[in-house]
Amino acid sequence: MSALLVSLLIVLGSALVLVACVGVLRLPDLYTRMHASTKPATLGVSLVVAGLAVHTAELGIAVRAGLIVLFLLLTAPVAAHRLGSAAYRAGVPRWSGTVRDDLADARPPDAP
Amino acid sequence: MTDPILDTAVRLGLSMLALAIVAGFVRLARGPSLADRILALDVISATIVAASVLYAVGTGLAVFIDVALAIALVAFLGTVTLARSLERGGEE
Repeated sequence: MSALLVSLLIVLGSALVLVACVGVLRLPDLYTRMHASTKPATLGVSLVVAGLAVHTAELGIAVRAGLIVLFLLLTAPVAAHRLGSAAYRAGVPRWSGTVRDDLADARPPDAP
Repeated sequence: MTDPILDTAVRLGLSMLALAIVAGFVRLARGPSLADRILALDVISATIVAASVLYAVGTGLAVFIDVALAIALVAFLGTVTLARSLERGGEE
């Protein structure tokens, strides 16, 4: 029963990470790729780590597993925000199908 | 780890993560902008964290959990530092 649950978590998590990487490869511009890289990758790694915690059922390992998840949840949005704002200011082009740019008149594109 | 279901799951998961790293590396090689490459490195490091944890499940070696934690820490610093240098006008 436990092995089945662990297997399910592991396969689901790995599949999500694979989806994230395929999204990074296939989507049309940087901003949509960032959408693909942050959310599914974080959830996928979290699922695999949860599988590990269920598998070992040891306190020390579960704490470290929880630390990995907590750290991912804290850092993934920060890194994505830094990268996104830096790329926008550096003038990375947007996909032709983009319908909205809220920053267009908020600040000139070449401001530091 | 003797359970055949779990063994299959770990092998299947590691295969999917290997494919994921290949996809990430193709994006890393193609670019086109520096930000795309930073993003590819970020997603590759997330995949390596997952693979390391999966390897810990497969072999029962708890050391690989610490490896995953360290990679997650270093990858975050790397992404933020590279984004900072991109912000300061280091395009290519």
